[in-house]
Amino acid sequence: MRIEVDAVAGTLESSDALVRVSPAEELRIEVTSTVEAQFGAEIRRTVAEQLDRLGVTEGLISVQDKGALDFVIRARVQGAVLRGAQARPDWRKL
Amino acid sequence: MSGWQGRVPTDAVELAGLVPFAGPAPSTQADKDARRARKVVGSLTEAISRSGLGDGDTISFHHHFREGDLLILQVLAEVEALGIRGLTLASSSLNACHGDVVGYIERGVVSRIYTSGMRGTLAARISRGGLLPHPVQVHSHGGRAALMASGELRPKVAFLGVSACDEFGNANGTSGASRCGSLGYALVDAMFAETVVLVTEQVVAFPNTPAVIRQNRVDLIVVVERVGDPSRINVGATRTTTNPRDLLVARRATDVVEHGGFFVDGFSIQTGSGGAATAVTDYLGERMERRGVKAGWALGGITGSMVALHERGLVGRLLDVQSFDLVAASSLERNPGHTIVSASEYASPAAKAACVDELDVVILSALEIDLDYNVNVLTGSDGLMMGASGGHCDTAAGAKLVVVVAPLIRTRIPTIVERVTTLITPGSNVDVLVTDYGVCVNPRRPAVAERLAAAGIKVTTIEALFARALEICGRPRAVETTDEIVGVVRYRDGSVIDVVRAVAS
Repeated sequence: MRIEVDAVAGTLESSDALVRVSPAEELRIEVTSTVEAQFGAEIRRTVAEQLDRLGVTEGLISVQDKGALDFVIRARVQGAVLRGAQARPDWRKL
Repeated sequence: MSGWQGRVPTDAVELAGLVPFAGPAPSTQADKDARRARKVVGSLTEAISRSGLGDGDTISFHHHFREGDLLILQVLAEVEALGIRGLTLASSSLNACHGDVVGYIERGVVSRIYTSGMRGTLAARISRGGLLPHPVQVHSHGGRAALMASGELRPKVAFLGVSACDEFGNANGTSGASRCGSLGYALVDAMFAETVVLVTEQVVAFPNTPAVIRQNRVDLIVVVERVGDPSRINVGATRTTTNPRDLLVARRATDVVEHGGFFVDGFSIQTGSGGAATAVTDYLGERMERRGVKAGWALGGITGSMVALHERGLVGRLLDVQSFDLVAASSLERNPGHTIVSASEYASPAAKAACVDELDVVILSALEIDLDYNVNVLTGSDGLMMGASGGHCDTAAGAKLVVVVAPLIRTRIPTIVERVTTLITPGSNVDVLVTDYGVCVNPRRPAVAERLAAAGIKVTTIEALFARALEICGRPRAVETTDEIVGVVRYRDGSVIDVVRAVAS
């Protein structure tokens, strides 16, 4: 999936994450987190895995995490990517 | 001849070593106005100068205004202007409003700190190391009174903020504009400090009774515009919660209180700070009415909810070391059954009697609790200091049923850990843990577990709750620390129970 436009998903509420995506030549992932010290590596891995699953190979992906659990991070990344790719996914298949 | 000379046989052996009367002291008897006003000085600077405060001395404060304290920074500014350095800052606690203390440490005005806890930027900055030349001494509220009694902590000058006092120094926290309610922590400073300076917003007519801080302990009085903002007493740790998760935990904790074995007529209770702990009081009222059980007394940080139970006749007496909100502060004035206890009477192991030893039930919070039920209320899981020892270990040591309430997970951080980051209260003093995912009982208290099970409360194990937390959050990486010790945790008897090491950057 290719990021065509700037898009955003999520919030900056506690236990959520705000994910922004923008078109770019290369894939770049930026993560900041309130639980960086304890879960930084795990969050990066979750984001990378979800991007991989969605077939995103280029674009700027910025994640501002506020202590979200993994399923929340995956959902927010997916939401932002689908919006950025202007995709009309078949939700039943996701 | 005034009739007193020549009466005393000064050479009589029976009077050896005694001094004969030499006439009435001239002193200030003649000018009664001057005598009455002799303690009142024009400015903080003058009070500091007259107190004789010098380099390396200890200054002390109370934290009854909590996040609304305005006095510590005012005094430090004047102290610095006078060129006094290397002070020990001994406040009964420090809060997020004291972030500017960092500058006074950097400039050498403050070099040691004694406190129950710290929050905000001051706490974070000290926790990262390289700031204070000596580690912070973290004590409990009872432990502070004991450290003063032992002489380790003896303030040269106590600056005690009050809303009003008379010219002799009779003060309470229930008259004047900025009322903080109880002055329980300040009473210890008034007892032990070499010089007691009352910093007041208002001087009222003598006698300002009923007085809590009394004239015979007060040396100097200075009027300032503001000592504190009472509207900021119940923000942060003492807030009231509407968070449904906190309310769920509170309701379960109330079940535990009801069925834990001590819910009988005349029982005593304390609820600590923290959303869920304070919310227990509201639920407790319903259970007491339904079961026809009344509490003899409640202790501690007194909340508006506890005052409501008292006024409905459900709690006989309130013993108040600090008022957690303005309702509690005004109740002190109105309700004769609501009285102040000093931190020494409240919880000091060195006192000849402490209220905590008579407690039946206490509800306490936790930042972390480990598989041995040890509790941390000082450092966050990131290793930074962000809380306070408070009365945690004091009440846990005294009460017959010690219930810790906490959400299982706070923004991905499990509350249950293998080993607490910092030890404040030993697990042998903790009986029950109530979380939003279940209740567990310390194996040391099988009778409590049986009673809860018999009442139909589902009891699990702390290991099962720990496993559930890891399943949801993943396993957090341990925080890296350096060798530098930034905090020394003193148990209530003064012994060192743990140290806090600087967080590696």
